[in-house]
Amino acid sequence: MLDVIGVTKRFGGVVATDAVSLSVPAGSISALIGPNGAGKTTLFAQISGFVKPDAGEIRFEGASLLGRAPEEICALGVVRTFQIVQPFAGLTVRENIAVGAHLHRRRRREALDHADAVAERVGLGPQRDKQAAALTIAGRKRLELAKALATDPKLILLDEVMAGLNPSEIDEIIPVIRAVRQSGVTVLLIEHVMRAVMNLSERVWVLNDGALIADGTPAAIAADARVIEAYLGHGAASAPAAAATAHA
Amino acid sequence: MPRSLQIALFVAAMAPLPLVIGSEFWLAWTTLALFYAYLGQSWNILAGYGGQFSFGHALFFGSGAYATAMLQIHLGLNAWAGFLLAAAAAAAVGAAVGYLVFRYGLRGSYFALVTLAFAEAFRVVANSLGITGGGVGLLVPLKPSVATMQFPEKSGFFWLVLALVGLGLILTAWLERSRFGARLMAVRENEDAARAIGVDAFRTKLAALALSGALAGSAGAVYVQMYLYLDPGIAYGPGMSIEALLAPIVGGLGTIFGPVLGAFALHGIAEIGKVGLGQAPGLNLVLYGVLLVLMVMFMPNGLFGLGRVTLRRLLPGVRNA
Amino acid sequence: MLELSILLPAILNGLTTGAIYALVALGLTLIYGVLHIINFAHGSLLMLALYAAFFLHAVAGIDPYLALPIVVPLLFAVGYGLQRFVIGRASHGKDENILLVTLGISVIIENLALYLWKSDTRTIETPYSFSVVNFGVANIPVPKVVAFAGALVVAALLWLLMTRTDLGRAIRALAKERLGARLVGINVDHVFAMSFGIGCACLGAAACLLLPGYYVSPHVGHGFVLVAFTVVVLGGMGSFVGALLGGFIIGVTESVGGLFLGESLGQLAIFVIFIAILLFRPTGLLGQKA
Repeated sequence: MLDVIGVTKRFGGVVATDAVSLSVPAGSISALIGPNGAGKTTLFAQISGFVKPDAGEIRFEGASLLGRAPEEICALGVVRTFQIVQPFAGLTVRENIAVGAHLHRRRRREALDHADAVAERVGLGPQRDKQAAALTIAGRKRLELAKALATDPKLILLDEVMAGLNPSEIDEIIPVIRAVRQSGVTVLLIEHVMRAVMNLSERVWVLNDGALIADGTPAAIAADARVIEAYLGHGAASAPAAAATAHA
Repeated sequence: MPRSLQIALFVAAMAPLPLVIGSEFWLAWTTLALFYAYLGQSWNILAGYGGQFSFGHALFFGSGAYATAMLQIHLGLNAWAGFLLAAAAAAAVGAAVGYLVFRYGLRGSYFALVTLAFAEAFRVVANSLGITGGGVGLLVPLKPSVATMQFPEKSGFFWLVLALVGLGLILTAWLERSRFGARLMAVRENEDAARAIGVDAFRTKLAALALSGALAGSAGAVYVQMYLYLDPGIAYGPGMSIEALLAPIVGGLGTIFGPVLGAFALHGIAEIGKVGLGQAPGLNLVLYGVLLVLMVMFMPNGLFGLGRVTLRRLLPGVRNA
Repeated sequence: MLELSILLPAILNGLTTGAIYALVALGLTLIYGVLHIINFAHGSLLMLALYAAFFLHAVAGIDPYLALPIVVPLLFAVGYGLQRFVIGRASHGKDENILLVTLGISVIIENLALYLWKSDTRTIETPYSFSVVNFGVANIPVPKVVAFAGALVVAALLWLLMTRTDLGRAIRALAKERLGARLVGINVDHVFAMSFGIGCACLGAAACLLLPGYYVSPHVGHGFVLVAFTVVVLGGMGSFVGALLGGFIIGVTESVGGLFLGESLGQLAIFVIFIAILLFRPTGLLGQKA
């Protein structure tokens, strides 16, 4: 569904993404992981049109996404969330989600109704009339997801939707994401919470220092020496494998 | 109470005033307050709902004013047609400026300064051209009649301006429950987040600027009909730019009735000030400045915001008063 | 092509006018470029300083150049107070509020001046008002030459302040990273107020250097606000050298533009430059890319 081919981006002397190539199959949940600063969010920014790649190609359902504005790419069916949540603070939860609903709905009543439905799906139903600014961090994360879902996307790019959530909140949101895929939306996650990655994804790509260093099933990745070294440092792969997967 | 009912009640309550107010002075005063409310509504659409603070709104006011004045004087065009063309001309100026400015991503304070620069540039140009009458200005020939939009009875102007304020109220209410308005407010809150979920921020802001410009331009046309005189200072000077932003800020930015409340409060206080402080030049405006500073310091949500906060504290169930 | 005998004096004149613009802009560079405070009241504060210098001369017979030690601290105090007690309290974290509150302050100052001192323009006469310095191609009035020199001196002093003193380091730290500056113990409110005060002190200096050979009226500030912002933006935010350079460029452009287009359209060139810079090169000539 999404083909990222040799995408490279440089900021000054830093190579943020280094000829990254990956292919997201339609209907899957996959994950993009890697240490902080590995280039994951930059890749999302390039896919969604906020940053222009210096080299490479990005294709969605065959059509090139390069050079298109973010709103165009969203209209094509690819929507992203932001790592640092960006709610429309002065509007209510319902009004926030309705903005996304309006992408494919002209009439206000329709958009508001759809917003209500999406709010229920992510568990924000009871807080529909609250000011977005008054939500907790967990609420704002759900709102971020809801806004994106309301655009009826085909592919959703979730950027660390679980950051800042406590374990029970994580437990609550995992089935929500699974339900999103059940409803026919392909999901690509950036995540640090390994438990969620292992639980949810069928396929994992690992970035380090801008380059793709491994890809495969979650289990294969967890045992991959290069991945272990990327996270734990040089030489860590020779430590017992059990220690590496103990706290996933 | 539904919005449309509120608006209808307001207009219905105001409409009989010319028949009730005996004094010509107070009728003129109310007409002027309504006029500034209308100008404020135009600014409110762009700033309150769109988040773009223009410090040179006189750019649109003046362009509309000059358009209708020049068309009437040089081409003998009918004043009502001139009124419509004034709105169109100002909208075009808004679209042109907006295209340039938004294409290059100017926001916030830069946007405010650039609008001021444009207004000043137009003032200098108007001051130098013969067709605009240069520094001397333009005089529209006196021909009192309804057909020439020079109402022989002052109540005519009152009703015209009231109708325009009603139009502004309806437009603003429409903003609050339309797709365009929802997108505009999303852009106001967070432009990048809006774009990520499909809002074309550039076109939205451009449309808001053109709409706001059209309203301000039509206000300019009304001004010309009321006073039959225009010069670069009046058209493009800081006076109108400041009036345009004061009413919504005092009354409540981003609310439907804010500009109306603000205009009446402001001009009411100014009138009281005149009584207390005398007709001394400048003191009135000092009052405006003090009010602006105090509002921003202590009541950034304006009088309406204050009312809402109070209502929320008194009646926890109330949301959108 | 215009003869050099007309062009050169215009350029020289433009340089000296530009020096005044630069002087006014230096204070704004500190306030806007470093602290990101849009000071709409800059022009009216200059007007206030001009009136101060004027009355010191008219009432106490003090020469404007000798009034520097009085007017500069006076403006500093006014600036410090304004920022500490009014502007700082009004921002609520939004840029637009600062715009609005400084606009309000400028309206207050201008119209108070109008009420107190009426709208007549006033000038002063000093023994050197009409003396000129001969530069070969043109005779430049002494006050303008002094202003030129004064601009260079003030710029140098500001540069020393920002790079060699603790206060300067604190200001620069604040400009870059407000929270971090607080965390290392910098008193943010105080430093902000000091910066604003220094910016206004520059206006005090500008007024004393400007008054001989110029005039004062309640509306004199208007002409300077946009020009000052243009200079700041042209030179590049936060760059004092840029402000100097920008001032000279604007002064010369206005002067030479006035030769070709007439005086009022020469002003237009300034606005066009301002708009063009904001659109095409917002970092200005010497500013750092964001």
